[in-house]
Amino acid sequence: MLQAAKLECRRGDRLLFSGLDFTIDAGTLLHVRGRNGSGKTTLLRTLCGLFTQEAGEVYWKGESIRTLAEDYRSDLLYFGHLNGIKGDLTGVENLRLAATLDGDRVGIDAVWSALGRIGLAGFEDLPTRMLSQGQKKRVALARLILSRAPLWILDEPFTALDMDAVNLLQGLIADHVAAGGLAVLTTHQEVPLTAGQARHLDLGA
Amino acid sequence: MFKVFWSVLHRDLLLAMRRRTDVLTTLFFFVIVVSLFPLGVGTEHAVLRVLGPGVVWVAALLASMLALERLFAADYEDGTLEQLLLTDQPLVLLTLAKVTAHWLLTGLPLVLIAPLVGMQYRLTDTAVAVMMVSLLLGTPVLSLIGAIGAALTLGLRGGGILLALLILPLYIPVLVYGAGAVTVGALAFGDARPYLTLLAAFLVAALALAPFASSAALRISIE
Repeated sequence: MLQAAKLECRRGDRLLFSGLDFTIDAGTLLHVRGRNGSGKTTLLRTLCGLFTQEAGEVYWKGESIRTLAEDYRSDLLYFGHLNGIKGDLTGVENLRLAATLDGDRVGIDAVWSALGRIGLAGFEDLPTRMLSQGQKKRVALARLILSRAPLWILDEPFTALDMDAVNLLQGLIADHVAAGGLAVLTTHQEVPLTAGQARHLDLGA
Repeated sequence: MFKVFWSVLHRDLLLAMRRRTDVLTTLFFFVIVVSLFPLGVGTEHAVLRVLGPGVVWVAALLASMLALERLFAADYEDGTLEQLLLTDQPLVLLTLAKVTAHWLLTGLPLVLIAPLVGMQYRLTDTAVAVMMVSLLLGTPVLSLIGAIGAALTLGLRGGGILLALLILPLYIPVLVYGAGAVTVGALAFGDARPYLTLLAAFLVAALALAPFASSAALRISIE
């Protein structure tokens, strides 16, 4: 489904990786590994189409993501280093907006229950700038509960989360993959999820 | 599609209401700049009447510039801009929504307050009417063109001053015809019609082209 062909990325003069080939099919979890600065985030951003590669191409269902453009983006959920939530808006407002932008028609009840499930019951109505780092991350991750996108690209989703949240998130990703979804993630934390049936891709090796 | 346009517009207005100071700063800046001139050049009515249109328009340009830097910067810093770029909606539409919000918060207040500042310059009633119409047509152009510069200078160090250098020259036609309309239309509204028509043409052209340019610039800047 998602295929990278002879992918080469540079940051300035520095070559991060070249000739990178891989294909992942429905129901696969790909764990991208590598040292700091080996180009994991750049690879993930390239897969999203946020970063333009030097050479090579990314294909989704056999077509280049450049030609698919909006059709590809509707199948994609990206979770980056930045949470992508507004500090002046409440958790509910942030999540509703994110869902609308993702093209998901979700009711207000679904938003409240998603925030409850991610462990933010009682904090739904507070401006997110008043929340802790981990709680902000939880607000952002609540999108995963509402999302129907088949491809999840998650950059370091486990940082700043406590054990409960890490377990919850692992469950979400495992369910998504079991239901035939695709997930690409990076993490430096050893979690059972990535030790299991996940495929691995080593950068800078 | 309109739902997304609407929700981005609504979000930006909501954010502005939670941080009212940003909006008021622009407005007060405009009022203060316009009020400084009569203090500096004296209260000779004939002089003020000549200066008025130009001063109000220059102040409007600068006030519009002031808020431009924050147009995309806040979204860039907290990652919401990335998410906007990854929606399945045309980016042009989202950019247009953000520009519309910018105009409603910085352009429209200037139009509404124009009669008050016009009084300081002893402008005739007709001149004030022409000024309001010219600002109504001209300030959206400022927001639209400004958004291109804001998108291009996103994430650059010292982006603010570079933004001014990039954008102010592009504002010149709007300034010339905007201030020109008020000067010419001082006696009869009809005299200003050619100027206002040209401003309207600028607006249509900017509406058609600028959102595409700023969307393209955003995609480059986000890398």
